[in-house]
Amino acid sequence: MTETTSATSDPVEVWITGIGLATSLGEGPEANWEALNAGRINVDEKGFAPYVVHPWAPGNLETQIPKKEQRQMEAWQRIGTYAAGLALDSAGLKGNKEILSRMDMIVAAGGGERDISVDTNVLNAEAKGNFSPGFLNERLMSDLRPTLFLAQLSNLLAGNIAIVHGVCGTSRTFMGEEVAGVDAARIALARIAGGQSDVALIGGSHNGERKDLLVLYEFGDYNLKNKFAPVWAREEHTGFALGSAGAFLVIESKAHALARGAKPFARLTSVVADRAKRREPGAVTATLEKLWSSVGAHDNHTAIITGATGAEPVTSEERAFLAKHKDVPVRASGTRFGHTMEAQFALGLALAALSISRGALFPAGDSTGVEIETKEAPTQIVVVGAGHYRGEGMALVETVN
Amino acid sequence: MTAARDKFGRPIVVVTGMGVVTSLGAGKADNWAKLVAGESGIRTITRFPIDGLKTTMAGTVDFVPVAPFTSTGLAERLAHLAVEEAIGQSGIGTRGDFPGPLFLAVAPVEIEWPQRLELAHEVGGTDFSYDDLLKVCGGGKFLPYHHRFQFGSVADYLTETFGTKGSAISLSTACASGATAIQLGVEAIRRGETDVALCAATEGSVNPEGLVRFSLLSALSTQNDPPQGASKPFSKNRDGFVMAEGAGALVLESYDAARARGANILGVIAGCGELTDSFHRTRSSPDGKPIIGCIRKALADAGMAPEQIDHINAHGTATPENDKMEYIGASAVFGEHTGKIPVSSNKSMVGHTISAAGAVEAIFSLLTLEHQRIPPTINYDVPDPAILFDVVGNTARDARVTAVMSNSFGFGGQNASLILTREPA
Repeated sequence: MTETTSATSDPVEVWITGIGLATSLGEGPEANWEALNAGRINVDEKGFAPYVVHPWAPGNLETQIPKKEQRQMEAWQRIGTYAAGLALDSAGLKGNKEILSRMDMIVAAGGGERDISVDTNVLNAEAKGNFSPGFLNERLMSDLRPTLFLAQLSNLLAGNIAIVHGVCGTSRTFMGEEVAGVDAARIALARIAGGQSDVALIGGSHNGERKDLLVLYEFGDYNLKNKFAPVWAREEHTGFALGSAGAFLVIESKAHALARGAKPFARLTSVVADRAKRREPGAVTATLEKLWSSVGAHDNHTAIITGATGAEPVTSEERAFLAKHKDVPVRASGTRFGHTMEAQFALGLALAALSISRGALFPAGDSTGVEIETKEAPTQIVVVGAGHYRGEGMALVETVN
Repeated sequence: MTAARDKFGRPIVVVTGMGVVTSLGAGKADNWAKLVAGESGIRTITRFPIDGLKTTMAGTVDFVPVAPFTSTGLAERLAHLAVEEAIGQSGIGTRGDFPGPLFLAVAPVEIEWPQRLELAHEVGGTDFSYDDLLKVCGGGKFLPYHHRFQFGSVADYLTETFGTKGSAISLSTACASGATAIQLGVEAIRRGETDVALCAATEGSVNPEGLVRFSLLSALSTQNDPPQGASKPFSKNRDGFVMAEGAGALVLESYDAARARGANILGVIAGCGELTDSFHRTRSSPDGKPIIGCIRKALADAGMAPEQIDHINAHGTATPENDKMEYIGASAVFGEHTGKIPVSSNKSMVGHTISAAGAVEAIFSLLTLEHQRIPPTINYDVPDPAILFDVVGNTARDARVTAVMSNSFGFGGQNASLILTREPA
């Protein structure tokens, strides 16, 4: 297990001071909060049938990204760069060159979209017997766009955020599906808590409206098909519905925030991660229980926001963990936003910070009994992420005293 | 006894194990012998047809069989070899039980053409759509491809095989990735989170689309004949980099922990610097400020003055842009001292191992410190008059080397510099 906690002998408190959300439910904290409270879910069962996806609710991109720059990006980068800008706005840091030039950035990213028509055309030509030795080379040389490569590179979301918003201290991109998002938060927190950094932008983005991604996850039969159901109600009908979202947060030391008069949404107290040996049944349940202890959570006045996917067997293992904490209200972000893979943990952190700052948890969204209603204002929320295939993590988000 | 903390009060981070694979061969001994002999690992590509390509050579690693071939599969094998050598040399832990975390630099992962073709053949017929491909993916027949093409798959394999602890981090900072992996390990040890870390970097991306992508960006040398002459860092007639494969792995430890177990200390990671360039997706800011800032940050992190650097292991890709900007950046920091620093680019011989380069070159820098001998920059026949580095041209040079700066600059404005020194006296 790898853990990061700011509660050392000389504790540096780390605050979440900016939230940027651009999801299938809309853009900004207000729109997302309203939609969550109204129980609204934006799901498309037809566009990619039989696969279910949560389409991005188009934001006003130009408010954050000049047209010229938008043309250099594919959707996942536009969504992420947009959400990153919203986070900087929310933190009151947009255009603050002094701070942006030394701001650290850790992005959790997958890769960019393929050009589906190029791929389909090449494969069809091959099927027609046009496969001379140089055929693939020649087609790729003539059909691929130079800019597409840059839109596919994982680290170019961070690159675009640097170019568009001027976040220029350091730039690191973590890959590795869901847990990349956990580790981005874990390392950024550790660096601030350890005095290696003062302020960081963390987050990720995902475009779920991609057939090339559906192919990848269909190899493992992970895609939710035909009909939407809440994450906890997919035991017989397993899988995740890919979601589209950008989720970014600005985190900084309390001292740094106070010095510039920034107000916190919440405190990011600790982030822990591990990798259960999933060949052993029960390993994920045990790992989550271990993480629960080490993240510093207790069962009172606590809520859980989980990125549970609906994939099996991991979701059942997580359900078994939750059953041991049955008085803790649980909310699955996947039911509301779909599965946004590398971005899901940052999305959970953003929802936790919002809930803390608003003194309420959004309503339950399932009928199986996993999610219980609560009127209590949570003072701490544990964000949970158990990857569909590998990796587990948790974060503790708390009220600032 | 020497203080085990640096002048900033942080734990000193030392290297106790290294492993490397490049187009020159497997292992430190083989690589070093060929490097100082000025041998090139660049050859005409035989892995796939080269018809219709502008660039037909690369530093492929053909002596490590991977079947069925995938670039990610090759990256995994190369990482395995490098990690095995590094852990073996360090003597730390027990087999399959490495007592620290893994930081892995790895290329972004994608489904590759042979697998796409396999899907098309599964569909059968002609005039099929992408949806038809999608229909044949499920049911378990292609389950191994889900695992293979997860971005975390190589780190996952290494975690399982070598027993590293906690959540392994897979990272990409483009051509600076290898340096970033080392930097993450250094930072974790300095924070006191761990006494030991495994930092690895791997690259296996010489496939048709990989080559075409860099070709379309006009980044690659097209001087195909002879292939060994293609990579010409700091030469006037340089025309691009040469793609290459390889892996490097380093076992990092706190000086305290290494001495406590009587480990052989191979060198010190004295400083790391990193600074983002927001000028352009593929080009450096013309004023060189981000590179200058990056180098200065590395010096500040090491608590060293520019005059203390006595060798630069250059990024030196041999693209017209990179070598010029690296000189502009370095000369702004080192001033009059610039011309007194021997500079060399390993990429003249092994090519550009992209995600792995930062780690591979850090290892070569440490070997330079060990042997007090600087590997040459081969193909240095027509020096670029605008680049006034003291390039170690064509033949290796014996020199007193106490501190090496290893630079890595990548697409997306990624700049990273490391400073490596010998064991503290």
